[in-house]
Amino acid sequence: MATMLKVNDLHVYYGSIHAIKGVSFEVNEGEIVTLIGANGAGKSTTLNTIAGLLKPRTGEIEFEGSSVLGVPAHKVVNKGLALCPEGRRIFQHLTVEENLEMGAYTRPADEVAESKEKVYELFPRMKERYKQTAGTLSGGEQQMLAMGRALMSKPRLLMLDEPSMGLAPILVDQIFEIIESMNKAGTTILLVEQNARMALSVASRAYVLETGLITMSGDADKLLNDDKVKKAYLGG
Amino acid sequence: MLDYLISGISLGSVYAIIALGYTMVYGIAKMLNFAHGDVIMVGGYVSFCSMSYLGWGPLPAILFSILVCTLLGITIERMAYKPLRSATSLAVLITAIGVSYLLQNLALIIWSSSPKVYPDLFGGVEPVMIGETRLSFATIVTILANIIIMVGLTLFTNYTKIGKAMRAVSEDKGAATLMGINVNKTISVTFAIGSGLAAIAGVLLLASYPTLQPTTGSMPGIKAFTAAVFGGIGSIPGAMLGGILLGVIEIFAKAYISTQLSDAIVFGVLIIVLIVKPTGLLGKKVSEKV
Repeated sequence: MATMLKVNDLHVYYGSIHAIKGVSFEVNEGEIVTLIGANGAGKSTTLNTIAGLLKPRTGEIEFEGSSVLGVPAHKVVNKGLALCPEGRRIFQHLTVEENLEMGAYTRPADEVAESKEKVYELFPRMKERYKQTAGTLSGGEQQMLAMGRALMSKPRLLMLDEPSMGLAPILVDQIFEIIESMNKAGTTILLVEQNARMALSVASRAYVLETGLITMSGDADKLLNDDKVKKAYLGG
Repeated sequence: MLDYLISGISLGSVYAIIALGYTMVYGIAKMLNFAHGDVIMVGGYVSFCSMSYLGWGPLPAILFSILVCTLLGITIERMAYKPLRSATSLAVLITAIGVSYLLQNLALIIWSSSPKVYPDLFGGVEPVMIGETRLSFATIVTILANIIIMVGLTLFTNYTKIGKAMRAVSEDKGAATLMGINVNKTISVTFAIGSGLAAIAGVLLLASYPTLQPTTGSMPGIKAFTAAVFGGIGSIPGAMLGGILLGVIEIFAKAYISTQLSDAIVFGVLIIVLIVKPTGLLGKKVSEKV
């Protein structure tokens, strides 16, 4: 498997706070890789840095063999790298359809309709509500819209930040099923989750992030049965 | 009575067009561009000079002043506001006031303080009579221009790619960036549109009130800002409604109460509206993000 994303010795600061202290990891083509860890461990910071929203102090981020550092944040998505951000951050006052169109902002106009149809296939609920203002959707629907919007850029690597946050258990299952089906359809996924059990059950490999450092890594099913991981993240 | 109403709507239309510039810039860049009123004045002088000194006809003069103001708006944004993108809003506000004084003083140096009489744009066009009411051609053009601009902007923000991107940026710059939208470019476009509209407003204002001096833009600028807040800052229909209501209130206050007190009454109404409905007439409710 070819390495798709390679993060090497990444250091990120918020002012004088050293948030990411030398994080290195890789994502291979076709995988679901998850970063798990407690609140404040630096999971979202890592994803935001890869997406270009934050600038690292030092370190290297390579996507498909070329560096994404120095690429302006609004051009990262063009490279085939999309982030579905924490808290969904859909455009509340735009309609469902307009949100999806924004997701395809960098793509040629004649390809947008086809991608929209694909997203509607994956999320039939979005098709029913396409004229509705996004702010009126339920939490689960908003998450689906956020994922659909990220897919509209036709990413080869999709980064998902806490997709299950604040959702009812039945919706959490549904969201993870969708993540697996997006992966089967050919999208590589880098998943950040606090719901470590669910994340490890869909992922092929995982990294454990603690206060800005990677403390463990390995195959997801091995970590799922690891005593330390069980104790710290899976509730014993 | 009807006369007053019509001249109120006409004056209000000018306020509304200016208010659009305030409200669009506020919606997207979350800043109050207090130099906006002075862009009107620059537009006035540019069209005045093209007509009086270069002998151009009104249409090319107006188009030229729209062009100059659009470029001026983009330049102001690039040089004064863009470096302050992550500064406090107070720093940006003070800078905007500084830019306002800079433009007024540059105008003072270039064109001196003595008022110029703006040429009669629609000279020779007969006013239209509706019963006893006389509708001057300037009034008709002003009201029509307002309607066209309103419809045009609504179509633009709802149906064009860049217009939708502007709405996305106004909601969440970070998320818009993730979509691949160039936030800086979007802000530039907003300033360009707002400043181009200011040029149109300047010409329309001077067509009805033909005294041009370096402070010509400041009072209408503040009134239009009031109109934008009155209607709900950030809202395009709000700017329209606020502008027209403000113009009508001002003319009626002048006609029936007192010319001296008319401005006090206008601002008094604003204060009452803000006490009763702090988001303005059509303002969006600001919901706290959880």
